[in-house]
Amino acid sequence: MEKGEAKSKKPPRLCCICNERRPVLKRAKTLQQICRECFYEEEIHQAIVKNRLFKSGERVAIGASGGKDSTVLAYVLSELNRRHSYGLDLFLLSIDEGITGYRDDSLETVKRNELQYGLPLQILSYKDLYGWTMDDIVKMIGLKNNCTFCGVFRRQALDRGAALLKVDKLVTGHNADDIAETVLLNILRGDIARLSRCTSITTGEDGPIPRCKPFKYTYEKEIVMYAYFKKLDYFSTECIYSPNAYRGFAREFIKDLERLRPRAILDIIKSGEDFRIATTTKMPEQGTCERCGYISSQKWCKACVLLDGLNRGLPKMGIGRARGGGVNGGDHKKETTVKTLESKQCGSLDF
Amino acid sequence: MACNSSGCESGGCYGREKDNGRKAVDVKETVTLCVKCKCNEPMTFGDGGSDDGRFCAECFRSNVYGKFRLAVTSHAMITPSDNVLVAFSGGSSSRVALQFVHELQVKALKNYEASRDRSLPVFGVGVAFVDESAAYPALYGGVSDAIAWVRSTVLSLSPPGKDLHVVPIESVFGSDSVEARDRLVKLLDSVSDETGKEDLLLHLKMLSLQKVASENGYNRLVVGSCTSRLASHVLTATVKGRGYSLSADIQHVDARWKVPIVLPLRDCVWQEITRLCHLDGLKTVELARHPQSGINDLVSSFVALLQEENPSRECTIVRTAAKLTPFYFNKIPETDDSCVPMATQRRLKKFNLKYDGSMTTEAFCPICNCPLNGSDSSEDESDALYAASCSSCRFQILPQDGSSLEQFGSLLPHHMISQVKHHQKVDSQTYLREKIKDCLLLDDEEAV
Repeated sequence: MEKGEAKSKKPPRLCCICNERRPVLKRAKTLQQICRECFYEEEIHQAIVKNRLFKSGERVAIGASGGKDSTVLAYVLSELNRRHSYGLDLFLLSIDEGITGYRDDSLETVKRNELQYGLPLQILSYKDLYGWTMDDIVKMIGLKNNCTFCGVFRRQALDRGAALLKVDKLVTGHNADDIAETVLLNILRGDIARLSRCTSITTGEDGPIPRCKPFKYTYEKEIVMYAYFKKLDYFSTECIYSPNAYRGFAREFIKDLERLRPRAILDIIKSGEDFRIATTTKMPEQGTCERCGYISSQKWCKACVLLDGLNRGLPKMGIGRARGGGVNGGDHKKETTVKTLESKQCGSLDF
Repeated sequence: MACNSSGCESGGCYGREKDNGRKAVDVKETVTLCVKCKCNEPMTFGDGGSDDGRFCAECFRSNVYGKFRLAVTSHAMITPSDNVLVAFSGGSSSRVALQFVHELQVKALKNYEASRDRSLPVFGVGVAFVDESAAYPALYGGVSDAIAWVRSTVLSLSPPGKDLHVVPIESVFGSDSVEARDRLVKLLDSVSDETGKEDLLLHLKMLSLQKVASENGYNRLVVGSCTSRLASHVLTATVKGRGYSLSADIQHVDARWKVPIVLPLRDCVWQEITRLCHLDGLKTVELARHPQSGINDLVSSFVALLQEENPSRECTIVRTAAKLTPFYFNKIPETDDSCVPMATQRRLKKFNLKYDGSMTTEAFCPICNCPLNGSDSSEDESDALYAASCSSCRFQILPQDGSSLEQFGSLLPHHMISQVKHHQKVDSQTYLREKIKDCLLLDDEEAV
């Protein structure tokens, strides 16, 4: 019906969603004529609706680093929240890892985003939470395995920040390229359990805070294009400590692959979803960390293990395969960390 | 899966040697011994690989052969009554596979001749070489030399004698070679994707091997794929969206084909194979290949890069993929056991090495024969071939528009198309009847 009408009338001159720009394409599903910008936004909207990511009235924290993914995420979510009346309470949550010349600059961007999008901002720092900045950590352990520390600490920091804001959900800007890289990394490193979980659009539903990735099917290229056309304010430098990261191998490969066959990125994600992995290998047994009460599958959560290693001057602890524990008890200065952790009852995530 | 050929910790044996009252000869600390047998001098291959200079020639060889033999026995790959066809490309992997199968056969023959009652027959071995020159006419100048070399190599591997089958890849279309060759070229030309073309050729190659195997009474097809090749396959399958069927391709046994495929060198790495060829003076031939610029090549380079960074990466990749759930057909199928010796039958049953062949729960793609994931199928497609194929073949092999698709279907070998007919909507009553007809007592006409 719509098609016939469209043929007999003159083609509509404006995008039927924003009524501002000229339409450049027709949505296959609905035959609506929409402009390029709305197209991307509608794709995200479809992903959100199809995967039932949100419920009306939820408080949602957006993991914001000031980089392109999280900036675009904040922009698109607040736009869709308004346009489609999701009824969500949105917040920006930022983590300061303490990387001079990188994080302090990107945080300025996030502070500007707070004003530009009108979303309340909460910043948590590694220094406050753990007593160590990434600069300190790298000084101690060098440039290999530093990403492991940062990643583990950040995850916990996000959960604590989310608890502080009393939100129901955390969203992050992980895009299709990121997820494809993670699938490859898990194959290369033999982590079958992670392999089965890493392609889910929502994870941690049975943990403290569920997190979702609305950009799961969005290519990094598209996000860059969107940010460019919308003239969004974002910080575009790579983390200064990342050049040696193993992920770099996977990233280079995926860039080459994308040139040969663009849909390969989505194909990797599809493979990841389709892998025949026995359900018994999927979820590790969930308990709580003895030291800080955070969710953990081992006696101590990874963050505590790493932190302990740092404080005892044993940076290799917690990295690689578990060796027979037995390092001499000796006298080690745990006070600072203990003070920082125990005073915050993170088991209940109440501050 | 022991693909790392390092033996014991090297610390122990040197220490012991030193302390055996030889304090006066401290200068001899520099003489190293094989870490396994501790008597012979270790081999150095000087290829910059791992484990260089740790094992003597004998121990190295027995390590590799040991892995082959373990794979064969623990998966019932070759039993006395079998007739085995070895796929031989002239490359290192298949040369080693052929050599090892030959040695296994020689041993069996020796046992047979020495035994009094001669109860265990010696399995038969044949060799198949696929001639792909019709696919790339411009490049295959050297193929007749290669074939002559293959022939003499096979001849040298007797007794026991082995039949050689030189299979032109176009034989999947029929016996008229000119027409078949023409059809092959037309078919390959209608595939626009570079990687799709390479993969289609691989599928046709397997079909031609299956054809020669079943037409000549072989019941096993030995393929020399090693760990390194499988590592590349794991990644190519992942990037092509074939995650569901991946676990079917990388097991020791693949019995979804009429003639089951076995991979006895699955646990050996490329480095071991090339070293062995060097050690034993096994000659190989490398045919000129069409320059590969697709995804398969990109993945090989990527794996080579990863190997430089960490030599055990290939093993880790295959080990990860091995944790995926295999399919029911990744075991030797249960067949009519009347000609299998009793001892073998008992052993096979004891270790649950077979599966019930009548259990066909999967549908397969007619082109690549991969098991289909339920979510892939689209019942309402107008073209039967498209509907029956997996999403990867749909994208990279099948032409995109309707008329080309029909023409493409007519060019495919008969065997692939006949698979499609199975997928077409059959009357469900008829279908069910087929399944249970053994138990029905009434004729069709009298059926309720």
